[in-house]
Order: sequence, then C-alpha cells, then structure tokens
Amino acid sequence: MTTLRMSNKNGETAVNLEQVRPEAKMQSIALNAWFGSKQALKDINLTVKANAVTAIIGPSGCGKSTFIRCLNRMHELVPNARMSGQVLLDGKNIYSKETDSVQIRRRVGMVFQKPNPFPTMSIYDNVAAGLKLTGTKKGQNLDEIVKKSLQQATLWDEVKDDLKKPGTGISGGQQQRLCIARAIALQPEVILMDEPCSALDPIATAKIEELIVQLKNDYTVVIVTHNMQQAARVSDFTAFMYLGQLVEFDDTTSMFENPKSELTEKYITGKFG
Amino acid sequence: MTNYSLRKFKNQLFFILCAACVIIAIIPLLSILYEVVSRGAPQLSINFLTQKDADGGIGPAIQGTLILIGLTSIIGIPVGVLSGVYLAEFGNNKYAASIRTVNDVLTEFPSIVVGITAFGVVVLGIIGSYSPLAGAVALSFILIPVVARTTEESLKLVPNSVREASLALGVHKWRTTLSVVLPAAKGGLVTGTLLAIARIAGETAPLIMTILGNSYFFQGFSSPMDALPLRIWRDSLQPYANLQAQGWGAALVLILIVLSLNIAVRVASRGRLRR
Repeated sequence: MTTLRMSNKNGETAVNLEQVRPEAKMQSIALNAWFGSKQALKDINLTVKANAVTAIIGPSGCGKSTFIRCLNRMHELVPNARMSGQVLLDGKNIYSKETDSVQIRRRVGMVFQKPNPFPTMSIYDNVAAGLKLTGTKKGQNLDEIVKKSLQQATLWDEVKDDLKKPGTGISGGQQQRLCIARAIALQPEVILMDEPCSALDPIATAKIEELIVQLKNDYTVVIVTHNMQQAARVSDFTAFMYLGQLVEFDDTTSMFENPKSELTEKYITGKFG
Repeated sequence: MTNYSLRKFKNQLFFILCAACVIIAIIPLLSILYEVVSRGAPQLSINFLTQKDADGGIGPAIQGTLILIGLTSIIGIPVGVLSGVYLAEFGNNKYAASIRTVNDVLTEFPSIVVGITAFGVVVLGIIGSYSPLAGAVALSFILIPVVARTTEESLKLVPNSVREASLALGVHKWRTTLSVVLPAAKGGLVTGTLLAIARIAGETAPLIMTILGNSYFFQGFSSPMDALPLRIWRDSLQPYANLQAQGWGAALVLILIVLSLNIAVRVASRGRLRR
C-alpha cells in the first residue's frame, strides 16, 4: 500500500492514497473513539457523498451519535473523550493541528436529538444567533437571511408574525425546524442531524423528513436515526453500525432490498435492536 | 384499618411538626421587624434622612452606605462573576477543585478577620489612612466568594444542550459563555448578587477598622466615612434616649435600602423574554 506524507499545511499525518476518495464531501479513515477507557467507535471508514442524504442506523449505544459528533469535532467536548484516525472534509483532515475546531463547526452544522433553541432569545434572534455570535453578519442583510432560513426550514409561514416571541414558546416540532433554520442560516456545507425526530410526533416528523429531502439540493446531509423506515424514506445511502463497528454501507435501496450481511438483514427485518 | 389510621396520623403529625418549625423560625424574624418598624418609623423625616449628625440626621451614614455598596459592587461583582464563570465553564481540573474549596472557606470567613486584613493592607499600607476604599476592599472580600459560588451554581443549572447548540454553530467558547450561557442563568445570578449585597450592607466589624465612622458627609477617599451599621452601633452605645431612637431609625433605613435595592434590580432585570 502506498502512503503519502502530505506536506501541505492542512495535515502532515500519513494517509493511504488508495483510501482517499476525491468525490467524497466527508470521509472518515480508521476512525476510533473512546469515552475514558470504553471504546465507542472501532476503525470506521465511511464516505459521505456531497448533495446526498446519508443515514446511519443501528441499535442504541452502537456509536451512531459518537460518529457524527466526530464529524464536526463535538466529540472532543465531552470530558475524557478521545479519538484517533482522520476525518476529511473536502480532502483535508479536520483533526490536523492547524485546523481550528471552531472553523470546522462553522462549516459542518448540527441539529440535535432534542430541540434546543436558545432559551433567552426570540425566534428571530435564534436564527440570527449563529451570524451574530460568529461575527459574520457584516455586509449581509440579517432580516433577509432570517427570512430565507425560516422559509427553507418550512417554518416561515407559521412564525412570520411572531418573530419577537421566545424561541422556546413554540411547539416541539416547530422548535426543531427552528434549530434547522438556525443551522442553515450560517450556510454550512454539511448538516449533521442526530435523531432529529425522536422527540417529535408523527406529523412533525413527516414535516422534518420532507425538509431533509429538500435540504440535499443545497447541502450534504448526514442523519442518525434508529427508525429504519425513516432511513429508507429520506436517505440515498445507509450505513449500519453495530457495537461501534461499521457493518455495512451501501446505497439505501440495495441495503434494504438486498443486505449483504446477515446481521444487517436481521436488524432491518426487526429481529433485534 | 388501624394500620391505615396510624399512617394517616403519622402523616398529620409530620405536617404539624413542619408547620410548627416554620412558626418558630418566623417568630424572631417578625418580632425584630416589628420592633424596628415601631421604634424606627417615628424617627423618619426629611431632616432625619438628609442632615448630618449634629443636626439630628443620619445623612452621612446613608451616603456612606450607598457609596460602599456602589464601590464594593464595582470591585466585587465583576471579579466574583468571572471567578464563578471560570469554576463552572473552565473548572474541569484540579486547580479549580482547590479554588472551590478555598472559596467555600472564604464564604464562611469571620468578617472581623477580613477587616483586620484590609486594615493592614489598605489602611496602613496602600492608602495610609482610613478610607472608603479600604471599606470597599474589605466588603469585596466578603462579597466575591458568595457571588462566585452562586454564579457557578446558576451556570451549572443551564442545560449542556444549550452550550452544545452554540458551539455547534461555530461560536467560540468565550462568546458562548457571554452571550448564551450567562443570559440563561441571569435569574440566579441576580438573586445571588442581591443576597450578597444585602449581606455586605449590614456588615459592621470590617468597617470599624477600615472607614472608622464620621459625623460629616463624604470627605474624600483618604478620610474616614460613616455607614449605617456603624451609626447603629455607635447610637446603641449611647446613654441618651434620643440617640438610641436615632439608632432604631437608622436600622429601619438600612432595611429599607436593601429592600428597595432588591425590588429595583428585579424590576430592571426582568427581561422581556422571561416567561
């Protein structure tokens, strides 16, 4: 295997040439992660294609959330958390010494399991928060961006008269779309979603799913879900994880119609998990 | 059935015990309040509140207490709040653990010792005379640990998901703390700070050794100054009934100052988004 010592300023660690996929928006190479002494991820090699929805499924505790938190360097915020390996964003390692984690999170946005709008801010301020707090509002029309983001998150019509009301005063499903609007207001390149519908009722879930499919026109989406039907409905690619390992990765249709691994088949037919 | 009535009886007994304890706790409080109001209220007049001692007023003491509260807040609140922020947001290490312990000890420190410290450092050392600044420094020593502790506690009540939401937007840690976490903890912060101010407003021992007391209005930062607790203390030692009565009046005014400060800050900090 040929290895390359990258000499550019963005990473000096060894990369297997054969592993790097130039068409990938994001890619994890030999990614391991630990919480203290407990290993949560074992040697994950996964490719995330641009302008597509990649779903990650698997039973509880299989490392799905840990994996996507490694994709925008949120994993390292947990006390005693460690990782090894690489994550490439546009071919550049986001864990190289020169890379600022704050810049990475600016490019790779995240939506969490439970809706978490900022409690002291209005709906408007919640959407504008990313731009204001990262100091990138200069020269941009804030009102226009807030409106566009809320429209993209299909929330505008419901809240356009209540923009000054607190962000925590709307329903759970609306709060989650508000969080999506907050993430896309910064125009990230990738949006990570950590079980975004698990705290929502079926109607709100349907709305968010519709939205996810729309989002891939402009963004690359990675969604963690323990709902297999959801993965089948919204995603183009699916990864199945089990006990911290990547068992199978394929395009969604092949995965659900013709799983290669016996374990995957058992999981998607509901025999365990 | 007897078992059930026994349990019912125990339930009532527990309630009665709790209620009795509440009454026991409230009686001294109410009797003090009654005593202060009934003896102090007749003293209140414009003359009493604005004139200097020789003219039968407690003006210098009121002025001194307000100056002390102001100076102490300016010195103590930023230091206390930022220490609390460090302990809560960046305090995941062994240094913070020892700072926390020292801070807890300081919270319970005898105020007379704080006064002697300020006397040695500021009155004898830096300034060279009794000074309002020395008083403010001494009171800051008492204020800072209380404010730091309550800041830390109220920041810890802010759910981690709120911090993560901000960090995931690519907002720096310091900005997240200032613009997202601190506003979310505002209620607890304001309450804790007010309690600390109420406590320092009534401190007497450290003031004896730092501002000494004065019968005249503010005379500069290198002269003695008066304060309400000092005035109450001095009046209480007097054999003359009219001076003792002025002491009661001063005590009532001190309570009213703390109370109105409390109400004013609460009204002012009531955010438009508080539910």
